[in-house]
Amino acid sequence: MHELAITESIVDAIVEKVGDGPVAAVRLEIGRLSGVVTDSIRFCFGLVAAGTGLDGARLDIDEPSGRAYCRDCRREFALDDPIMLCDCGSADLDILAGQELRIVSVEVR
Amino acid sequence: MCSTCGCGGEDASTRVTLVDGPQPHEHPHPHDHTHDHATRTVLLEQDILAKNDLLAAANRHRLAERGITAINLMSSPGSGKTTLLERTVTDLGDRRETLVIEGDQETWLDAERIRSTGRKVVQINTGAGCHLDAEMFGRGLTELAPPDGSLVFVENVGNLVCPALFDLGESARVVIISVTEGADKPAKYPYMFRTADLVLLNKVDLLPYVDFDVDLCLDLIRRLRPDVEMLAVSATRGDGLDAWQSWLADH
Repeated sequence: MHELAITESIVDAIVEKVGDGPVAAVRLEIGRLSGVVTDSIRFCFGLVAAGTGLDGARLDIDEPSGRAYCRDCRREFALDDPIMLCDCGSADLDILAGQELRIVSVEVR
Repeated sequence: MCSTCGCGGEDASTRVTLVDGPQPHEHPHPHDHTHDHATRTVLLEQDILAKNDLLAAANRHRLAERGITAINLMSSPGSGKTTLLERTVTDLGDRRETLVIEGDQETWLDAERIRSTGRKVVQINTGAGCHLDAEMFGRGLTELAPPDGSLVFVENVGNLVCPALFDLGESARVVIISVTEGADKPAKYPYMFRTADLVLLNKVDLLPYVDFDVDLCLDLIRRLRPDVEMLAVSATRGDGLDAWQSWLADH
């Protein structure tokens, strides 16, 4: 359940940046290859946000798809499976997208 | 870190920009009262793990400055981490000053096992936490006060999921899997194996008694991390431990 620690990091980082005032919405970017389960983040968010300016804030989560470049066959392709393999069988990949784990923005009242 | 080019330290990690002025919020509901609903968007563009990564970088710098090697040992519960560690520090003898940080949710049991080998050990109890993070590791290092040039083992909380995401600032990551687990575990927990510098396949003395496909397991690991080193060991019988000691000597 590292999502609890991740959610605490999110709330702490936001409070640090925008203060204790009320926050109406939070936008996150959690890539499909990041290893973080967005449903768990949503579950934890209500608990962690309680008692802070983020209490009751709407949580918008963008989930960018994965993209990879195969160094063997020099092809770029979509990839949403955590077992990262090119169709050519190679695992020698550069992950171009899908590992995002970012706080994009907040809407403050 | 700057999201555009990856530059910068803490100050560059966040851009706070007022994008637009007060605007009405979007959800429709009857307004039979008057109050201020204005919101403004503040762009943060900040890595969620930025704080951990910053602390990890500080730990890494602190270790490098003093020639200390820190090995982060990770596995599921019951893979034999503590037994391997007891055996490893005993085999190391006086060759290198060795110290240990133990991570568990509760109890000092593992720390007491290590202490009985005569090594200095610090226990971190995470309580509800499922992993060590860079802040805990930093505090552990301060408590442990390892001498220059020493070797520090970190036994992470037994868990193949959560510790994968948290950089401690360690010198190398070693993932342990044992033959009493499923050979398909690397496929089930890919994030952990993808971060490994070395994978130890432990309890190989039990191979005659269990249905464990070594080739399948190693193949799955290679698919996740093509250049990873792998060693088959038995912490109780001693198989492969010379190779493990050589690996440690190289790090």
